[in-house]
Amino acid sequence: MAAPENKRPTYYEELRQRGYSRRDFMKFCTMMAAYLGLEATGTAQIANTLLKTPRIPVIWLHFQECTCCSESFIRSSHPIVADILLDKLSLDYTETLMAASGHAAEAAKEKTMKDYYGEYVLCVEGSVPVDNDGVYCCIGGKSAIQVLEEAAAGAKAIIAWGSCACNGCVQAAYPNPTGATPIHKLVKGKPIIKVPGCPPIGEVMAGVLVHIITFGRLPELDKVGRPKAFYSKRVHDSCYRRPYYDAGLFVESFDDENAKKGYCLYKVGCKGPMTYNSCGIIKWNDGVSYPIQSGHGCIGCSEANFWDNGPLYRQMASFPGFGIESNADKVGMVAAGVTAAGIAVHAIATNVRKKKLVDDLVAEGKESEKELKS
Amino acid sequence: MSQRIVIDPITRIEGHLRVEAEIKDGKVAQAYSSGTMVRLLEEILKGRDPRDAWAFVGRVCGVCTSVHSLASVRSVEDALDIVIPPNAELVRNIMFCTQYMHDHVVHFYHLHALDWVDIVSALSADPKKTSEIAQSISNYPKSSPGYFSDLIARLKKFVDSGQLGIFANGYWGHPAYKLPPEINLIGVAHYLEALEWQKEVVKIHTIFGGKNPHPNYLVGGMACSIGLDESSVINAERLAYVSDLLHQAKTFIEQVYIPDLLAIAPYYLDWASIGGGLGNYLSYGDLPTNGYRDPLSYKFPAGAILNKDISKVYEVDLRNDAEVQEFVTHSWYDYAEGNEKGLHPWKGESKINYTGPKPPYEYLDVEQKYSYLKTPRWKGHAMEVGPLSRMLVGYAKGIPEYKDIVDKTLAKLGAPITALFSTLGRTAARGLESVLVAQWALEFYDQLIANIRNGDSRMANTEKFNPDRWEKQAQGVGHSEAPRGALAHWIVIEDKKIKNYQLVVPTTWNASPRDFEGKMSAYESSLMDNTPVANPDQPVEILRTIHSFDPCLACSVHLYDEEGKHLSRVKVL
Repeated sequence: MAAPENKRPTYYEELRQRGYSRRDFMKFCTMMAAYLGLEATGTAQIANTLLKTPRIPVIWLHFQECTCCSESFIRSSHPIVADILLDKLSLDYTETLMAASGHAAEAAKEKTMKDYYGEYVLCVEGSVPVDNDGVYCCIGGKSAIQVLEEAAAGAKAIIAWGSCACNGCVQAAYPNPTGATPIHKLVKGKPIIKVPGCPPIGEVMAGVLVHIITFGRLPELDKVGRPKAFYSKRVHDSCYRRPYYDAGLFVESFDDENAKKGYCLYKVGCKGPMTYNSCGIIKWNDGVSYPIQSGHGCIGCSEANFWDNGPLYRQMASFPGFGIESNADKVGMVAAGVTAAGIAVHAIATNVRKKKLVDDLVAEGKESEKELKS
Repeated sequence: MSQRIVIDPITRIEGHLRVEAEIKDGKVAQAYSSGTMVRLLEEILKGRDPRDAWAFVGRVCGVCTSVHSLASVRSVEDALDIVIPPNAELVRNIMFCTQYMHDHVVHFYHLHALDWVDIVSALSADPKKTSEIAQSISNYPKSSPGYFSDLIARLKKFVDSGQLGIFANGYWGHPAYKLPPEINLIGVAHYLEALEWQKEVVKIHTIFGGKNPHPNYLVGGMACSIGLDESSVINAERLAYVSDLLHQAKTFIEQVYIPDLLAIAPYYLDWASIGGGLGNYLSYGDLPTNGYRDPLSYKFPAGAILNKDISKVYEVDLRNDAEVQEFVTHSWYDYAEGNEKGLHPWKGESKINYTGPKPPYEYLDVEQKYSYLKTPRWKGHAMEVGPLSRMLVGYAKGIPEYKDIVDKTLAKLGAPITALFSTLGRTAARGLESVLVAQWALEFYDQLIANIRNGDSRMANTEKFNPDRWEKQAQGVGHSEAPRGALAHWIVIEDKKIKNYQLVVPTTWNASPRDFEGKMSAYESSLMDNTPVANPDQPVEILRTIHSFDPCLACSVHLYDEEGKHLSRVKVL
């Protein structure tokens, strides 16, 4: 397709084309500055950035993966992916969707790497096999290691999509025969946003990109590099079946009477108590359901090395924050006893644990405030 | 004079595929297909709980999501002699149909259409004329002149930005593009509509399996219990949601996908004599209507066809070690007793031995080993698998609904039955089976409702879920028909753990390298069957034939490494 060279419409031009006035634009910038907690001068700064910026170019690489991340991305319901691709960013290279193949595809990537050096966002789906000089994954005759190094050099930031890029996922499970390695172990000196999950929720992926596009900066990350907005809560803490856990009401085996009532899946192996993700909050595929709601325990797919965290259907022995009850059987015994004293003890234990949780969240909030101010 | 070209990466597929071809006198004279990525999942499965295998192998592929999980739970149920309740079979069938409808539509619009539809030409379409054509081929309501003129304006703005994103460097204007601007515009419109629709149909997986991609399965049935009077499991609201989504999907296939397919095909009838290839077709069968153990009840029948002879369908036995075998003559592995011998998957062994060039490289040495894919054979024959194989086996068996839809479509296009043995035939067969699957999905749904109404709410058989009730040794095979073709998993269980696990998957059948006798598999054979290449710098014709198979490479590359390297890297379970 013959395209005019070097014509890069900016956000401002886009807004004008859509019929917004300069005044609307400045109002938007002021609001955004306030949202981001910036000083008054921040408004001008944001306005200047947006006046000059074209649609953010994105290069999306595929290494050792199954393409579930790309598939999940196109499931996003807000925004829908057609709008992201046409209006919000410029996806200049992705093996899954791009029209060109072979040399023509590689040329498109190289053009973006050159024209937008230091400006493009690099998305990586998949792990990189480092054993045997990287021969276990080659693209265009180059090893994945070489492809990653080249593309990372001019990237403004890197998004590691899914558990493969964040922690190696299934191919890095014992005995990791190809030396599958996550991105952060191979690229240094660049901001890396980890968006784990197998795959991550589509709306979470879109949300990370939209955050960057809309606010012109990276989302705030937790200490392991995940966006706080989507990975700060355990599935267990946001699970609608949590009251059954607290009440000691458990599914004992799949499709038993308790399963038909929708009780807690902890005893059939649910990993919700050790898994940080948005499944209980945003849910999956436009909020339709999530694994626990559909009767299967969480398998912990957003946690590092979850494939080696014990068999899927083995009840977890204990987990951080499990609290005074110490294990589900005791909780169950207390509940099954149905003595007034038993219920009271359990209620107190639950409340004590919840108080601790609230205290932790308050402390975490204070830390975040400090970081924001500095 | 021949010219050697390399297409790597082949895009709009799943995974990493490389094609090297010799072009002579404007045609493909030699073709070599290579899978260039490997993850060694079978080694990772050894020693694990067989009940967990569905989750591991589910991650073989996120495009054909759910199909490996299904084959896996079936292999374990086969080994342990577990019969699942009828409701679980029906839910699995509905999820299977959902996967087909999603996968085939996404393949047609997002992975294949740009081989036939020229986006640049669409910009010069007349919206009014486009609307007239659209309304003459379908009742789909989004067909007004205003709808198409808005789309042109949006496309123009996109092109004028100079940032062409996924459409940059496409082969636009290539003489092989034959559609008038108006049909190109309809194609682009439905590219975007299909992108929006595809996120809806998968919600059926989300309801029954909790998420998509990678919904959850369960050995013994499904985990989604039915509780009509409970608030948080499968109840009337959830079931009504499924019904609604199934009807929407059927409408989209009937009002958008099929009319587009039939509007585009007449401009490319020359492709009905290009890309045929092997002429051998294989299907394992699927969609049981009387339990997985009754193959005669399958909606997709099992069978093999040789040399395009549809007067005879051969039986297939996955347990017979003389039928399905894998070879490694041209694959980067070594067999203990020599590389000329084929091995049945239950006895499958693989030791990786990369002997290709050190990257970065320009060409592979195709005389030696040149792919991470092994080469499967059925009774020594190279076989094509996929939608065309399924439609041909059903047609050859004389099943009325297959005869009906195939004959009617051929009559509409004025094409003979032999037109099916081609690149166009493969693409058409995918559309036709989508129509069948959309109808069958509603039949399965009605049966599920009838069962529940009759008081059967069982969803899982957990009698043998506890490993203490298993035999010390067991082996099983679980088969399925993935959207891309015949799929089977072979498992050996010993002392409650996986001793061996082998997958032979559709793209391994189709995309594998030559065998020990030098016989080609389906990709190579099809490319060498009359495929033109007008401009070696823009090999859109090669992409057409390769994409007609809907390649999925992550599925096809997997094996175990007996050396078991890096034992100390991750702590032992």
